[in-house]
Amino acid sequence: MITYFQNYWWFLISVLGAALVSLLFVQGGQTLLPSLKHKEDKRLAINALGRKWELTYTTLVVFGAGFFASFPLFYSTSFGGAWALWMLILFSFVIQAASYEFRRKRGNLYGTGFYDFLLLINGAFGCILLGVAVGTMIFGAEFTIDKVNITRIGSPVISTWANPWNGLEAIADWRCLLLGLAILFLARMNGALFLMQSTDGGSAYFGRLRRRAMTSGIIFVPLIVLFLGVVLTSPTYVSTPDGIVCRPYGYLANYTSLWWAGVALLAGVVAVLFALMGTIVNKHRPLHYGFLLAGGGTMLVVMSLFWVMGYANTSFFPSLTDPQSSLTIANSSSSLFTLRAMTWVSAVLPVVIGYIAYVWHRMGSKPITDSDLSSEGEY
Amino acid sequence: MTDIISTVDWSRWQFALTACYHWLFVPLTLGLSVIVAVMESIYLKKGRPDKWLKLTKFWMSLFAINFVCGIATGIILEFEFGTNWSNYSWFVGDIFGAPLAIEGLFAFFLEATFVVVMLFGWKRVSPGFHLTATWLTAIGTSLSALWILVANAWMQYPVGMESNPDTMRNEMSDFWAVALSPVAMNKFFHTVMSGWALSGCFVLGVSGWLAAFGKRCDMAVPSMKVGGWVGLVGIILTMAAGHGSILQVSKSQPMKFASLEGVWKGSTNAELTAFGLVNPAKKLNNTENPFIFKVGAPGVLSWATRGSSDAFIPGIEDIIAGRDIIDGKEVNTVSYAERILRGKLALQALADYGETHSDEALQTLRENYEFFGYGYYDNPAELIPPVGMTYYAYHIMVAGGMYMLLILAGGLLLAYYRPDTINKKWWAAAAMLALVVSWIVSQSGWVCAEVGRQPWVIQNLMPTRAAISAVSPEGVKTTFWAFAVVFTTLLAAEISIMINKIRQVARK
Repeated sequence: MITYFQNYWWFLISVLGAALVSLLFVQGGQTLLPSLKHKEDKRLAINALGRKWELTYTTLVVFGAGFFASFPLFYSTSFGGAWALWMLILFSFVIQAASYEFRRKRGNLYGTGFYDFLLLINGAFGCILLGVAVGTMIFGAEFTIDKVNITRIGSPVISTWANPWNGLEAIADWRCLLLGLAILFLARMNGALFLMQSTDGGSAYFGRLRRRAMTSGIIFVPLIVLFLGVVLTSPTYVSTPDGIVCRPYGYLANYTSLWWAGVALLAGVVAVLFALMGTIVNKHRPLHYGFLLAGGGTMLVVMSLFWVMGYANTSFFPSLTDPQSSLTIANSSSSLFTLRAMTWVSAVLPVVIGYIAYVWHRMGSKPITDSDLSSEGEY
Repeated sequence: MTDIISTVDWSRWQFALTACYHWLFVPLTLGLSVIVAVMESIYLKKGRPDKWLKLTKFWMSLFAINFVCGIATGIILEFEFGTNWSNYSWFVGDIFGAPLAIEGLFAFFLEATFVVVMLFGWKRVSPGFHLTATWLTAIGTSLSALWILVANAWMQYPVGMESNPDTMRNEMSDFWAVALSPVAMNKFFHTVMSGWALSGCFVLGVSGWLAAFGKRCDMAVPSMKVGGWVGLVGIILTMAAGHGSILQVSKSQPMKFASLEGVWKGSTNAELTAFGLVNPAKKLNNTENPFIFKVGAPGVLSWATRGSSDAFIPGIEDIIAGRDIIDGKEVNTVSYAERILRGKLALQALADYGETHSDEALQTLRENYEFFGYGYYDNPAELIPPVGMTYYAYHIMVAGGMYMLLILAGGLLLAYYRPDTINKKWWAAAAMLALVVSWIVSQSGWVCAEVGRQPWVIQNLMPTRAAISAVSPEGVKTTFWAFAVVFTTLLAAEISIMINKIRQVARK
């Protein structure tokens, strides 16, 4: 019975993780701002992104809270262990929150340039570091778990990191970094597509965004191909009756056995590529639903990755120090009671998605123009 | 061991820093969102006069400046449970994670979605839809407070759970007992209403300045009426819920209660001290007087807490000795020495069960589990919260609350019956003092709640020192200072922007 709920909650985590990566278009868009030379262009872009940043932020929070509620052992092990990495991620997001609101306000003490710099830091490092953190879930990390420690008065911590770098070592792992860079360039492409669709700043402005979308997309494609190649040739740790064992080419095997994950991956890749190709071909106006296509494709790709990471008894957080400490959705989840209660709560999700979509539609039915920026309170 | 204690101390400092900064912004968000929603409702109800639109937009702009700082500090709080308190996250994550996830799902998305309509939707949606968005933002902020306070209340009054020795953690057994615990409900009303009261004082303070120094009585009077009513309702309900809360504390956290009241030795006809200077030399079982001096009313504490001036109120020393007198009969409440002993039995039994899965170990664990957390200690003196800090925080909160009540009621009376006086400098000074006092009161409330329950992170079950992550003290020191710099930078900018905004309005 509990297996059903564990699988359901892993699915929800995959949806939240995928939504987060898709919504990183805000961060990607922020990294494009320095390349928008004209003040008006930059202002237009910031005002479009500034109406969406809270959604990304909230999704990050809910992603974390969802993990806490459904897989608390992952929450305690990853956050408490890869502590330094998560702290860097938190810092990169904290500085974003006030930057939009404060950047053009009189009396902001540090000048507009300071807040724009913070947005750039958040955009670049937020994407890369989140990618690196997810990378540790695929390629493993050095930690051990011993629950009996809770009874040892002098050293009660159950999850311990096996090196003094507390997660920073993952930044030096080229495979994790590769995922981080892929996410950054995907976010930049999605950010440019979003701005092309949601703002109207004239043909020169459109042309600049189109070039950024193409460049980012063209860099993203080899990065993601290389990353997927690495994933498919990497081993997984799998839970068996004899304990957790290493399985070569495990992700490839999972894509074969979980065929629907493979279909989602292919559909996602095709959608993203279609959005990119459409942008290259359409020189004077945005591809109809281009942003939606790229965002949807991103979601499918990320969800499929989560599925092969967690389903089929695969460890979604392998321990390189002690394979038996590796976390699977079975050994790290909340109790049946909690998962069941939270499942009832999750019934509200369609309503949440519904009102977000409705408001997004109402607020974005017309592209933002210069004339929209004259009223008080704009960024 | 030294490293662990140092990590615990710095992690506590870091959490306290984040929580205190977060709580600088959140109460204003809670109350100002309602004030803005009321103003916008009046604007529509009165046929959209320009005056009310300007008022709404002015206070909304202050709301927005403050709102983002609350969001920035809030994300840290949630993730700190994982980064700095990872043991806690496992030991009770099965229970504690749920309200956090529900908060995100029910409240954060609501706020994040509709605040955009509220701030940028004036020309893009209909007036009715805009007003709905403003109210939904206000509701979202309160819903968010509800679930985080459910989580906090559970730490103070753990219910609806049972221990699972196989997983070596606690698991939820009754969702509604957690969600609707009386402690949580009282905490919710007390905290949210205190946000209304603080925001009322904020509006009165700013309006007082606008009237006296900005010559903007046209803005100040209607603002005072709306802010004053919201604030007055807020402070009255805060006091009512606060009384309920302190009665609950006297039953479920008697040590915290004794510390808040500064009672070391129990007595009948117990005195309620209105003010006192705590004697720092007073320790467990020494003969020092607990106060250097004090002013109080005999019998009032007994009467207010247990309904009769003859009732016995146990002090810190009685609680440690396991002594109480209820309805004239001496009651054994289990001495702390015995609790420590039984806690150690429970800890050992859990360790044994982990290795042997024996029924004997399981039975010992079950028999002693209610005192599990005491097993981490050797000396009962370690189980007393810092009396001075909690006593002062509690009394500052109560006294400051009285001042807020006075100013909110007075402000309303002036706005309705003597609007010509609100541009006087004495009123501006009194109202601006209330603005400052309201924040001190608000922070003091959390000091009472959180310092008063030390050394527990979960009452009786998990001490703060066992809740930590395996992080070096140097690491936590670094992040502490980094957060201190970032938050202070944000706060300085926020205050500066707000002052500029208010001055701008005054110039107009």
